[in-house]
Amino acid sequence: MRLALRPYLLIVPALLLTCGILYPFGLGLYYTLFDFSASKPQPDMVRFENYTTVFTQEAFWNSAWVTVLYAVGAAAVETVLGVAVALLLHRSSLLGRILEKILILPLMIAPVIAAIIWKLMLQPSVGVVNYLLRPFGLGGVQWTDTPTGALLSSIAVDVWVYTPFVAILALAGLRSLPTSPFEAAAVDGAGWWYTFRRLTLPMLWPYVLVAVIFRFMDSLKVFDIIYALTEGGPGDSTVVLQIRAYLEAIRFQRYSFGISYTIVLWAVVYLAAMVLVKHLGKIQRRAAEVT
Amino acid sequence: MDTHVHDRRRFLALAAGAAAAPLLTACGAGFGGDDSKSDGSAADDVTGSFDWKREQGTTVKALLNKHPYTDALIADLKSFTAKTGIKVEYDVFPEDNYFDKLTVDLSSGRASYDVFMLGAYMVWQYGPPGWLEDLGPWMRNSSATGAEWDQADFFPNLLQAGQWSLRAGAPLGQGGQYALPWGWETNVVAYNTEVFRKLGLKPAESFDELAELAASIKRKAPGAGFDGMYGIAVRGSRSWATIHPGFMTMYARNGLKDFTVDGGKLTPAMNSPEAVAFTEDWARMVKRGGPPSWTSYTWYQCSSDLGAEKAGMLFDADTAAYFQAVKGASPASGKIAFHPGPKGPDGSLATNMWIWSLGMNAKSEKKSAGWLFLQWATGKEHLRKGAITHNHIDPVRKSVADDAAYKDKMRHLPGFLETFETVVDQTKIQFTPQAQFFDATTSWAAALQEIYGGKGAQSVLDGLADDLAGKVG
Repeated sequence: MRLALRPYLLIVPALLLTCGILYPFGLGLYYTLFDFSASKPQPDMVRFENYTTVFTQEAFWNSAWVTVLYAVGAAAVETVLGVAVALLLHRSSLLGRILEKILILPLMIAPVIAAIIWKLMLQPSVGVVNYLLRPFGLGGVQWTDTPTGALLSSIAVDVWVYTPFVAILALAGLRSLPTSPFEAAAVDGAGWWYTFRRLTLPMLWPYVLVAVIFRFMDSLKVFDIIYALTEGGPGDSTVVLQIRAYLEAIRFQRYSFGISYTIVLWAVVYLAAMVLVKHLGKIQRRAAEVT
Repeated sequence: MDTHVHDRRRFLALAAGAAAAPLLTACGAGFGGDDSKSDGSAADDVTGSFDWKREQGTTVKALLNKHPYTDALIADLKSFTAKTGIKVEYDVFPEDNYFDKLTVDLSSGRASYDVFMLGAYMVWQYGPPGWLEDLGPWMRNSSATGAEWDQADFFPNLLQAGQWSLRAGAPLGQGGQYALPWGWETNVVAYNTEVFRKLGLKPAESFDELAELAASIKRKAPGAGFDGMYGIAVRGSRSWATIHPGFMTMYARNGLKDFTVDGGKLTPAMNSPEAVAFTEDWARMVKRGGPPSWTSYTWYQCSSDLGAEKAGMLFDADTAAYFQAVKGASPASGKIAFHPGPKGPDGSLATNMWIWSLGMNAKSEKKSAGWLFLQWATGKEHLRKGAITHNHIDPVRKSVADDAAYKDKMRHLPGFLETFETVVDQTKIQFTPQAQFFDATTSWAAALQEIYGGKGAQSVLDGLADDLAGKVG
């Protein structure tokens, strides 16, 4: 009897953990079926009305578009830069080892603090960025005053904070690659670009894709960097879905409606993760074939 | 083996059912905890003669915003404890997080804090869900309220700012008293006297003059030795706080309304032809004479720019200029003067106010002690001390505003007392009370940013009005 029960007892911690995750999630999902708000503490069941309202709002589509632009932009730049930095650091040298230590610094700063620091640095009249650009005749840039500028500035801060994360993952990947294919390529007289394109990159892809998955998912859920830098402005130009959900649920106290936004965001992140993870499996198999 | 799999599946199904049970139970329990309400006020339980020591030994928990007014309160708390025997525990949060903290706390339905700071606009948000104690019965009960509290001593507009019937569009000054005036701010123009003297300028009496003055300072001040100075500091961040100070003051002086109210129905009016023209003029003034990176400007930046001699003028709360003007506070201290600001076309000096009020949690279990605290904090003795020995300026009580010691303290600031006395009777909440205030004004600030960015004012404000019509109507 004791032996028969053991497998079930072993799964109890995982089961509790799962319940701990699913309970608030399920409760949140349930609340979206009501019109629960500060002005309606005893709400009526409205079924899927919150979702239909979300999807018919121009504000939602604007936020969805901004979120996608932000996530794709940030993840793409961070991937390219991160891999490039990793390739540079891979050549072991004293300078490389020092740079590695420095590289990790932005990751030790809370993103919201990084955004505040950058907000000061990007300030047009007293910020250091315009001060440094002044000799080149570019000292008057109003970084966050235009919709495009605000979005690009937010992406730039994200890139500053998270490129090291991609670089560290890519560097770990580079250091774990087998040496024999590279030695064979060198013997055959293959050039750097050819080796990189046909050997390094295919074998490194699984590591890079893991970094992309993490960064893309995180960027879809961004709140702190944008809120601290632009508060979603100017206009609605940087109101990503998380900010919209926060405004609806906390600032405007339309709880059910705010949660509906987060559920939609969850679905988007979940689907994107599924696609990327499936892709990761394929790439891992392909990388194994190369080695 | 098959049986084992089947058993495991059945076990998991049972476990899932067990996990779902509390979920369903919780859902069945309703939203936001206990909503049972009593018709009677807890104030009715206080009988007998008034006694400051009635709640001796009790501890009251307060939530406070980081502010010089709060510093004055905290510095004097020992007097309250000595007078009542009540201990006050408090948490202080910076303004950026303060209202989120308060909102989340009140909406939880718990009584983590018995008393707290709030503004009149928050009454519109916190009042309808029943989170705020109606202080009217406490004020009317002579057993609970000492005679020296003297309700008639408050400036009437300030007391009315916290009184509302909880009906959208209904005027203030009717219904329950959900907040008590404690400290306030009137929105006026403060300016750097040195740059005005050097450039031969004088304060603007009309809005057109103000816009021209701002542009002129931005153009000429750097040549007069004020490197990088611009004309006028006004708020511009994507927040409700951008609309309520200078913008709403000038908007009201132009006779403009945020909403029209007809039979209890609210219609957005920020897209009327006159409102559109004014909004365009405001955005143009900011573009020609305002701060660089205006869309991120909060009162902190506006205030510090005036103090750092980066801004020639400030159209914002008088306190935002005062804290830069006091001796040694900033490079501009000793050079800041006050003026009521431009008049409207009909000479109006209608001014929007910000009021730091004190309120009580409707769920508090220590209401009697909490009321003694509110009574003391808004009483003559503490407010006089705060105004004279600390920086609790802009008195909510007429007796403090008329006090010779207070006037002596403020007299060294050019124009401060004259400006205060000129606008005090015309300063009130210029917005239409309604629960969607924060949504409306945040969206309004976003619209203002878009117009500043070059979009057509009429189409942007039409879009705003359409959006708001469905929410507040």
